[in-house]
Amino acid sequence: MNAPLLRVTDLKVRFGPVLAVNGVSLDVPAGPFGLGLVGESGSGKSTIGRAILRLVPSSGGSIVFGGASVGSLRGAALKAYRRDAQIVFQDPDNTLDPRMRIGATLSEALRTHGVVPHRDLQARAGELLAEAGLDPAFAERYPHQLSGGQRQRVAIARALSVQPRLLVLDEPTSALDVRTQAHILKLISRLRDERKLAYLLITHNFGVVSELCEQTAVLYLGKIAELGPTDVLLRAPAHPYTVALRSAVPEVDAAGRRSRIVLAGDPPQAASPPPGCVFHPRCPLAIDRCRAEVPALREVAPGHHAACHRAEEVLAGTALAPRSEPGPASP
Amino acid sequence: MNLVLSELSVSFGSRRVVAIDSLVLGHGEILGLAGESGSGKSMTTLAVLGLAATVGATVGGSIKLDGQELTTLSAPELRAIRGRRIAAIFQSPATAFSPVYKVGTVFTRALRLHGADKPEASDLAASAMRQVLLPPDLLRRYPSQLSGGQLQRVAIALALALRAEILLADEPTSALDVTVQAEVLDLLRSLRESTGLSILFISHDLAVIAELCDRVAVMRNGLIVEQGPAGQVLSAPSDPYTIELLESVPKIGSSS
Repeated sequence: MNAPLLRVTDLKVRFGPVLAVNGVSLDVPAGPFGLGLVGESGSGKSTIGRAILRLVPSSGGSIVFGGASVGSLRGAALKAYRRDAQIVFQDPDNTLDPRMRIGATLSEALRTHGVVPHRDLQARAGELLAEAGLDPAFAERYPHQLSGGQRQRVAIARALSVQPRLLVLDEPTSALDVRTQAHILKLISRLRDERKLAYLLITHNFGVVSELCEQTAVLYLGKIAELGPTDVLLRAPAHPYTVALRSAVPEVDAAGRRSRIVLAGDPPQAASPPPGCVFHPRCPLAIDRCRAEVPALREVAPGHHAACHRAEEVLAGTALAPRSEPGPASP
Repeated sequence: MNLVLSELSVSFGSRRVVAIDSLVLGHGEILGLAGESGSGKSMTTLAVLGLAATVGATVGGSIKLDGQELTTLSAPELRAIRGRRIAAIFQSPATAFSPVYKVGTVFTRALRLHGADKPEASDLAASAMRQVLLPPDLLRRYPSQLSGGQLQRVAIALALALRAEILLADEPTSALDVTVQAEVLDLLRSLRESTGLSILFISHDLAVIAELCDRVAVMRNGLIVEQGPAGQVLSAPSDPYTIELLESVPKIGSSS
């Protein structure tokens, strides 16, 4: 197999006493390809995305993009990387300057990276808006004259304007209404095929990764709990945390006949992680070994990795009987 | 207890943003109000709370709590009902708690405003906290020292301590992680069972409504386009807008 577009090895990011990302390794092949990063608040999913873009410094491990180590890029090489790797945030207002017209925001990116000759800037901005499903006349407008969904389309158009090879989408639809979310997901799906995009999609929504990502990594307290093909991971999860997270997702079709694994307690503090498996204080399957020995992320089926001492039992379906609702489990 | 809205309208000047012919919340019922931004669902909540005027809107028609008309009450009469018989929780629980006071201070102040004396207020606060499965000593903390899920549960505990009969819940879980959302939904369900609380649950998320609600009303542009038992509306919707909303929910296992 060819070298991946992006290879993250044993990435660590420390904020003071907090190890927000604790040894994460990921591969993203050239596009079209989607890798989902799923986890709760504080799992480190956004920090991984930011570290890859060098928006936060990493404290250990390596990030290799197109054969070059991202951490050691300087000058022109760094500028080229800033063009090759782009990000779309949850809140498009983080991207759009309220005092700049949409057209000016788009042409600034084009000009900075010299993507098109000066005389073509305006025309290209119009094309980008059209590609994102917006009227090119929006170039004359200010961000506040657009709706949230339209602003997110502009943020995506801006990220794609410089023809990146890697896109980090950080909760791109979490702030949007459900119909608008569906339109943006469709847009991402169309652009990914047209542009052969590779992206990391950061979300807490399993439905979103199910629609847009070939592979998914489930994160817990700065570590990968499970990594594998999205459909396999959702159909036959090997980590009890994935099972619990999956079972907490409300679904229209499953209402009334759903059973849920209730996680005990709150997520632990990243500043003082528990010994052994970081998930053990909330895990319904924890045994003595889990309290003492950190489980390695290992392959439990071809292409399917889990960091759990009892992954085989979870996979076989013998370990976890979801609690039926309502009421406690039968004796 | 029942809450009956009829011919309810909420307008800003000549622009009508809510026009509800009829909406009834029965005793111990969980009614979902579904719709997107701008559909009028939150303005409906404000109208029921008697707060629409504070944002410059005028309310027409009728809102009756056990037969008593609320729209014509004086401010002091309304204050005896709002926060007492009708409580509300919002998307961001932080807006319900001043950051400079410990949550317990806010809690006991609300209880004392509604007539409890000091020792009674702290007893009520402690037992309400236990009802929402939180340790009462969290009352000694500041809002910033609690997680979003904990703070939302404290807001629910406050409604319980005041023995609210109706809880207006405006997107109460939209800002929470899915695991925490599931806990809050479980809590609302069990409180309905144990106390007969009626809940008007406002959300844009039909999956959450499907999980929790007995009945659902779908709002668009201020109008209720469809209402009925949640199972029926969500499995066999008749309005094209409801169908579109349902199709928009990202489905797990939809890709190949």
